Amino acid sequence: MSARRSVLDRVRAALADVDPAARDLVPPPAPQVEPVDPAALLDRFVERVADYRSVVERCSDADVAAAVTAAVLGHVGRAGRIVVPEGLPADVVTSLEAALAAVVVDRPGAALSAYELDALDGVVTTAAVGVAETGTLVLDHGPGQGRRALSLVPDLHVCVVRAEQVVPDVADALARLDPLRPATWVSGPSATSDIELDRVEGVHGPRVLHVVVVDPA
Amino acid sequence: MSATFLGTPPFPRAAAQALADTQLRHNLAHATTTIRAKRAAVVAEVDRWEELRLAGAAVKEAALLDLDTHLLRLEEQLQARGAVVHWARDAAEACAVVADVARAHGADEVVKVKSMATQEIGLNEALAAEGIAAWETDLAELIVQLGGDLPSHILVPAIHRNRAEVREIFRRSMAEVGRPAPDDLTDEPAALAAAAREHLREKFLRATVAVSGANFVVAETGTLVVVESEGNGRMCLTLPEVLVSVVGIEKVVPTFADLDPLLRLLPRSSTGERMNPYTSTWTGVTPGDGPQEVHVVLLDNGRTRALADQVGRQALRCIRCSACLNVCPVYSRTGGHAYGSAYPGPIGAILNPLMRGTGDPQTDSLPYASSLCGACFEVCPVRIDIPEVLVHLRSRVVDAHRGDAVPSAEALALRGAAAVLSDARRLGALERLSGRAGRLLERYGGRRLPGGRRGLGRLPGPGAAAWTGARDLPSPPPESFRAWWRRTGRHETSGSGT
Repeated sequence: MSARRSVLDRVRAALADVDPAARDLVPPPAPQVEPVDPAALLDRFVERVADYRSVVERCSDADVAAAVTAAVLGHVGRAGRIVVPEGLPADVVTSLEAALAAVVVDRPGAALSAYELDALDGVVTTAAVGVAETGTLVLDHGPGQGRRALSLVPDLHVCVVRAEQVVPDVADALARLDPLRPATWVSGPSATSDIELDRVEGVHGPRVLHVVVVDPA
Repeated sequence: MSATFLGTPPFPRAAAQALADTQLRHNLAHATTTIRAKRAAVVAEVDRWEELRLAGAAVKEAALLDLDTHLLRLEEQLQARGAVVHWARDAAEACAVVADVARAHGADEVVKVKSMATQEIGLNEALAAEGIAAWETDLAELIVQLGGDLPSHILVPAIHRNRAEVREIFRRSMAEVGRPAPDDLTDEPAALAAAAREHLREKFLRATVAVSGANFVVAETGTLVVVESEGNGRMCLTLPEVLVSVVGIEKVVPTFADLDPLLRLLPRSSTGERMNPYTSTWTGVTPGDGPQEVHVVLLDNGRTRALADQVGRQALRCIRCSACLNVCPVYSRTGGHAYGSAYPGPIGAILNPLMRGTGDPQTDSLPYASSLCGACFEVCPVRIDIPEVLVHLRSRVVDAHRGDAVPSAEALALRGAAAVLSDARRLGALERLSGRAGRLLERYGGRRLPGGRRGLGRLPGPGAAAWTGARDLPSPPPESFRAWWRRTGRHETSGSGT
């Protein structure tokens, strides 16, 4: 008998006592956070992102390119070499190119190798969703966000998230995401507590996470 | 270099050895105290935590009670998204799948995301036997692997090591398997983490095959979820060309939305954070992004045995947060090695017997590794009533030994007690005897116990020595209740309400 067949048979035998009606039980909805107004929601998001020892700043729509460029320069300097995904706003890319030694665009058909990514100093991406309750950025790796390796291998990740992308909690984020796309939920820079439960920021993922929150208000 | 849990003695003996290690006790006390405080703070922040626990438990329960349906759905979705689905009845079958995939790509090494399932099936040892090196990339797993050691905690496998020990392990062993530790390595956790980053980076960049587990798999969509902190998981899930994920069949949740309570419960219960640094979700193969060959191994290895136990099946709700370890008065003193399994602590004390069945002396000792205080149930994010299952399993262990040719001292004692207590004359005779002993002790011997009563020290003999080694036995009362009743003639005033 195939392993598949025997595992399924064992599962069915193990559940022989279960009332068929119990199989159709729908779990009760999980409790959700009290709704707050958009300004308070954004405040909570910013506060909680900062709690993870990420750098977080707010800027207006007009200042995004300048804020992102200043952020990258602040961490890697003018000699810095960074990667950007296809689909990042053109004014941001232009501003970065004017300020840095190199801005490499990763595009399908001309994707950088892992070694090439490792030789770069940073990456700038957008995000798909922000979660206020947990201070989390979610990337679904669509345009402007790049494939998963991009926001992982370089040591600096500057991430632009817009106010209207920020939702109250995890359930709202799940509702906005397409499960068939890969997603990366990022809550602060990479970290470990594996030695004496002492939290240390910066292991394999980017050691610096700089979040630029675009707030038209 | 790799150690094994095989040959771990039954819990009382293993625990006695662990308790004699003062360094271990110091490391454990420090770590469990720290993590308990962090968990308590972030759990207190959630207004309706109890409702969230109920919702999380209900999601897992719904998945388990209709598991065959969800597994078939999962298989169909995974295949539709380009993943290859394998089924494994036991550890050997699962290990063979992984080895076959690695061999098919000519790989002599794989990089690994921390995974309890692969720990459980002894994957690293199985791959080593095939000439394939499995590199653990989680910091704590790396410490354990380089130290030729065994994991002792679900979340922090190297919880039994302090920073100075970790520094020594890195300095001694990193050079043997790759980039050496820097000469000036200090014992600062930040420096140690940086050394791990340098050491593993070359392995991530060159790896062609990665092995992971999964925290959750979504039946409705075929989505796998890995929850982690360091980014080693993302490295393994993203950079290699081939990914094999070994997933216990109980990891299934019905829908994508069902992830909600679980993703909120797990980090707060586990690392004491609002959210862990990185959560990766992926569904089959994504063209141009990440591994282009994706395998999923659906693993039984005793899970269906646990599922068949009506009381015990709730243990399969476990999301491996390890909160029950951190609050357990037994675990926080003995540590994890005494449990002889990748799953230590209260959850291990039920999961191992449920998955392996009773009969082996080491496994049979685990349900007794508890004071039944109930702290584990209180912190469990999916409301597994561990004390209930412990008591249930104790009865199963007793039942399994009823036919033994040589009964245990405890069984003999209880048989004797049954004989005495079922017959008033026998009881009376014994009471007179014990009353005499009590009067003698009152006059000549025994120690004063707290509260003033006299008690006995350690008694000799099998069973009795073990029982009295850690307990005070009060000396028998000089007069039994029935003798006192007769002597004082109280029966004549019964019913008067005085």
